[in-house]
Amino acid sequence: MRQKRNSDPAIVKWGLIAAAMLYLGVTLFLPLACVFASALQKGLGVYFAALVDPDALSAMRLTLLIAAISVPLNLVFGVAASWAIAKFEFRGKNLLLALIDLPLAVSPVISGMIFLLIFGAQGYFGPWLIERGIKIAFAVPGIVLATIFVTFPFVARELIPVMKAQGNDEEEAAITLGANGFQTFLRVTLPNIKWGLLYGVILCNARAMGEFGAVSVISGHIRGLTNTLPLHVEILYNEYNFAAAFATASVLVLLALVTLVAKRSVEHKFRLEKTGGNPE
Amino acid sequence: MSIEVRNVSKTFGNFKALKEVSLKVETGELIALLGPSGSGKTTLLRIIAGLETADGGDILFHGEDAQDKKTKDRNVGFVFQHYALFRHMTVSENIAFGLRVLPKKQRPADSEIKRRVSELLHLVQLDWVGNRYPSQLSGGQRQRIALARALAVEPKVLLLDEPFGSLDAKVRKELRQWLRRFHDDLHITSLFVTHDQEEALEVADRIVVMNEGKIEQTGTPDEVYHYPVNRFVQSFLGNVTTFHLRGSEVPVRPHDLAVSRMKEENSIKATIYYVNTAGSLTKMELKREDGSLILAEVTHDEFRALGLGKGAEVFVSPKKKILPEYSI
Repeated sequence: MRQKRNSDPAIVKWGLIAAAMLYLGVTLFLPLACVFASALQKGLGVYFAALVDPDALSAMRLTLLIAAISVPLNLVFGVAASWAIAKFEFRGKNLLLALIDLPLAVSPVISGMIFLLIFGAQGYFGPWLIERGIKIAFAVPGIVLATIFVTFPFVARELIPVMKAQGNDEEEAAITLGANGFQTFLRVTLPNIKWGLLYGVILCNARAMGEFGAVSVISGHIRGLTNTLPLHVEILYNEYNFAAAFATASVLVLLALVTLVAKRSVEHKFRLEKTGGNPE
Repeated sequence: MSIEVRNVSKTFGNFKALKEVSLKVETGELIALLGPSGSGKTTLLRIIAGLETADGGDILFHGEDAQDKKTKDRNVGFVFQHYALFRHMTVSENIAFGLRVLPKKQRPADSEIKRRVSELLHLVQLDWVGNRYPSQLSGGQRQRIALARALAVEPKVLLLDEPFGSLDAKVRKELRQWLRRFHDDLHITSLFVTHDQEEALEVADRIVVMNEGKIEQTGTPDEVYHYPVNRFVQSFLGNVTTFHLRGSEVPVRPHDLAVSRMKEENSIKATIYYVNTAGSLTKMELKREDGSLILAEVTHDEFRALGLGKGAEVFVSPKKKILPEYSI
């Protein structure tokens, strides 16, 4: 009885659930369904033809290459930065924290433009680079740099709270037991943060593969050379090649779904890690 | 192994944690570093372990300078206040850790490590928990596993930071008696930090009383309790009431107070404020005329003979037997 008096009427509960479902339906499920419907509109033949198109394949290769470079780099950077922030006191710590958040605060287009401003032909280092025949803007190195910039907060932001909550005790215990720095990291720190790290890497990877704004500015959209998957979708779309555009887009959507599933399954273990429970 | 600390100082920002502290610990001794929080006792322990670096002064292990030695080479066992067990390892893996990280040449074979682990589990009387994770153990069990883990590397010195600090009262009492027996068996030079004077008095061979980054007194439990060198040590090791006898201040412990209906020479007038008869002695809180409280402990027989209750007026004086030199 008591419970009934304190709870809202059923109509409120179901009303809210219905509203949430409707909202998600219109903004998420409908577009998702549309992507696959449009992709398969002209049949499976056209769908797969769009995927094995040389330009599409090269876009996929480039996207994978960029993720393969930027994710490991951000993993190393993220672990180092969160280690420094969580376990040491130093001047400029707050500045470092703010800088880590910077890519999340600025529009990705601006991130791309920054690199253009630095490495572009009219940029600060442009002439110097051109003289030496080094291409950064409108080439793969530029795309990699922009992607690293946009995705570097993900790993660090996941790890900082985990490491802060865990403190230094276990590392100090390992040292008193005779472990050196590397052994301490490998046997104590890393296992303690592994789920948080994986979680950060999944998010980082999803963003690295899906980044559009920053990459769009710096890449120059050179087909077969500097086109990533999201850019390739845009080009096809602008050419009114809808079936191919959506077919390519469906690859990105599948990637997103895989990411979501992976994220969900890691999330549970990650929470245990945060609260200090053991994952067995 | 003996430990010598010479003129060690340590500052954290503006806070002087240790001021020129010197201390000698003999081989096989069990020493308590006793003091209120912020007195520098944990800092001193961490400096001995090499987990902090002293700003000045020397640390000598067995007469040899240890300042340049890294923590991992000092061969100290350290037991942390919150145990610091490796949460992702089983109890057995925790204990084996110190052996597994040894350089390959010194590392014992797997079967030998296994034997040592079960030996240590037996030593701390927790044979059956080897396959559990730390989160599945109680506080007292975790503390004993932390101790077993520290002992696995056969340290020459054992350092314990508030070893019973986060345990409940009953387990605390059991564990400190256990630690005392344990030390009597192993005779490893040990230092433990505590803010609980009862714990220090009960367990330690010698007590080092610290306050505000300095050592106030070093001595056996008997010495620091009965012959405190200053007011701080005196009041930190237990409640005292000060009497003015022939121009000098005489501190008296609660159990050396006599409570009577009659006014006597040098007695203090007070009213009974609170009485607790649970326990082996009757504890009385007496309110003086100025509002301050006196703690007196009398036997149950004495309390019954007094025949007074809450709110009654009494006179408090030192028991005569403890003050022969004043011969009141």
